[in-house]
Amino acid sequence: MKIQVLYFAWLRERIGLGREDVDTEAATIAELVEELRAREDRYAAAFSDMTTVRAALDQELVALDTPLGQAREVAFFPPMTGG
Amino acid sequence: MRVVVTDADFDLKTEVEALEEGADTGAVVTFTGRVRDVAGGLRHMEIEHYPGMTERALTTIAEQAADRWPLSGVTVIHRHGALEPGARIMMVATASRHRDAAFAAAEFLMDYLKSRAPFWKKEVTSDGADWVASKESDEAALSRWSD
Repeated sequence: MKIQVLYFAWLRERIGLGREDVDTEAATIAELVEELRAREDRYAAAFSDMTTVRAALDQELVALDTPLGQAREVAFFPPMTGG
Repeated sequence: MRVVVTDADFDLKTEVEALEEGADTGAVVTFTGRVRDVAGGLRHMEIEHYPGMTERALTTIAEQAADRWPLSGVTVIHRHGALEPGARIMMVATASRHRDAAFAAAEFLMDYLKSRAPFWKKEVTSDGADWVASKESDEAALSRWSD
């Protein structure tokens, strides 16, 4: 399945891009992270400490073990710092 | 309910006056966040957001506040882009018959905005640039609203 993956803040900087289309067999967000990690060092570096990574599925904040389902957009970012 | 995500500055007076409309509004509480100079070396603060999700998240937070307290108005404005020291970053404002609800709702909005709205801040100084880390205390602040 094809899914759009977005990266923000230092994840975007470490990976070197803000968004990409990913062809994945992953069932969950965590499995998608594993696939990305296996690709290249820059992904492994960005996802080296998952306690500092948050995820959104179709623009809703979700836990990392959430199934991808029919989602079209997954975003990865550090904990938010608004205000 | 007014939710705005913009790179432009806003006018406090205009925003407050809009909330003061209506004979039933007895209290308007506003909070404004500004860019603070870190040890005199800040060039600017870069605020990144997630277009689409940011507006949704802020609207959800504002709706939750309106569900919990009898508010006659809620305004949330958050800027993004490069902001210089002293610039306004954001504001929340709440209007109600009584001050208790207006104060509480404004605090609720701020607590949720801190760690549930997709914004990330980067401080650019003469020494380089660093992403502002989230604080555990910001996450802990949410627990007081969990009843």
